[in-house]
Amino acid sequence: MTLSTADAPTAGRVVPKWTRRRTWTVRILGIAALVSIVCTVWLGLWITPPDKVQHQLVRLLYIHPPIAWVALYCAFGIAALASILWLWPRTRSPLWDRLAASAVEVGAVFTALTLVTGSIWGRPTWGVWWAWDARLTSTALLFVMLLGYLALRRVPSDADTRSRRCAVAALIAAVDVPIVHFSVDWWKTLHQGATVLNANLSPTVHGSMAWTLLLGFVAFTLVFAWMLAMRLRIETLEQALEGAELDEALHERWAEGDASVGASARRTEPAEAAP
Amino acid sequence: MWRDGALVAGKDLRIEARSRVVLNQVAPFGLVVLVLFAFALGPSPAPLTNAAPGLFWVSVLFATVLAVQRSVAVESSEARDGLRLSGLDPAGVFLGKTLAVAAELAALEVILAVGVVLFYGVVVHSLWALVAACVAGTLGLAAAGTLYGALAGGLRVRETLLPFLLLPVVAPVLVAGTRAWQSALGSGGGTGGSGDPWLRLLCVFAAVYLALGVVIFGPLQEAS
Repeated sequence: MTLSTADAPTAGRVVPKWTRRRTWTVRILGIAALVSIVCTVWLGLWITPPDKVQHQLVRLLYIHPPIAWVALYCAFGIAALASILWLWPRTRSPLWDRLAASAVEVGAVFTALTLVTGSIWGRPTWGVWWAWDARLTSTALLFVMLLGYLALRRVPSDADTRSRRCAVAALIAAVDVPIVHFSVDWWKTLHQGATVLNANLSPTVHGSMAWTLLLGFVAFTLVFAWMLAMRLRIETLEQALEGAELDEALHERWAEGDASVGASARRTEPAEAAP
Repeated sequence: MWRDGALVAGKDLRIEARSRVVLNQVAPFGLVVLVLFAFALGPSPAPLTNAAPGLFWVSVLFATVLAVQRSVAVESSEARDGLRLSGLDPAGVFLGKTLAVAAELAALEVILAVGVVLFYGVVVHSLWALVAACVAGTLGLAAAGTLYGALAGGLRVRETLLPFLLLPVVAPVLVAGTRAWQSALGSGGGTGGSGDPWLRLLCVFAAVYLALGVVIFGPLQEAS
């Protein structure tokens, strides 16, 4: 669970290690996420009763809305907030950029899962894999926007330019989210009447089903938090490694330029440079 | 800000008047798209007449991508540095480039609208509503397009990245513009209803992206 940084080449800069406390916090978070997921699966598949209308299909209720909640609110909210904090000169810190990128990446996974689980639920209940419902459409658009952000992030450029570009892109997309929501909402209400989705959600959830659903929300939020922490750590290490590799390459070039240093000495250069 | 905007818009439109890239290449492209839609939807006029508002706005969206790419391309890397060093207000630069793109798009829309009337056989009920939707939609498209154009400006993958970033964000313009046009044309199987909410949505979209551009274009210019 903890990532060792001892073997990373650190010619020019030291990769900060996680403190003991932080390691344990993330470890406990991971264990809590695992336990709550196992409990959700157990309650969802064995303990709760099948639904009157939807029978066994109702068990998707315990994972689909929680995943959607994490994807649409947690991930996108954190990404937008972190981007604003990066753009604001007073609070600017590389951490916000890394946090936004990590949240978008984990968010994209959860948004894809939302679409997939929704589709699996939709096939037997509505008879189609995809319906042009307002929620489905806006989620799909959001997914494409997240992919756009990730594509922009993969374009090679120096760190500050990339952070600025990505923060602005996240902000432009975030402003669009309410507009997309309203437009497809009206579009749907004008285009088709009440959908099957509304009818499916209308039965009130109570008893063990309500508790399982609540546990599902907690479980997936914990999973998201753990994945975000791990992704953030990987992002930090990656950036530190990039810098270290650059330093290493520079050292090698310098060594090449030195006439007295032979080919064998060049190979040992990184080892000498490492602490 | 406004004076700088007028300067930049004048410059871009002068370049267009001399090179005629949008007029000679993007406008014919839009017409080609209209003809391709006609091929795709078959020779009978009914599907085309029903789908005319949507097809018009899809063509406008494609043309927007090209117009924005042209607007970015006229600022080569030296020109971009010159613009940055000129001391012009970034908000003014944004407004100027947006207005220039909007003016080019407006001319394109006139050509495309004539094409839709001629090829798809639609009857216009309310010209005022059509024009209002076009003006609001065009401003929104131009503002969002200019923002993304500046964002992708210095990148080598600009041509492929820009449509991918821009088109999902301007999807509300497609939805709202199509509905506003449906009510103005009286088509769409009687579901058009009043176009007013859609016109308002187009105005909100334009206002939001113009305001965002004015605020954010300064930091964005530093990144490209």
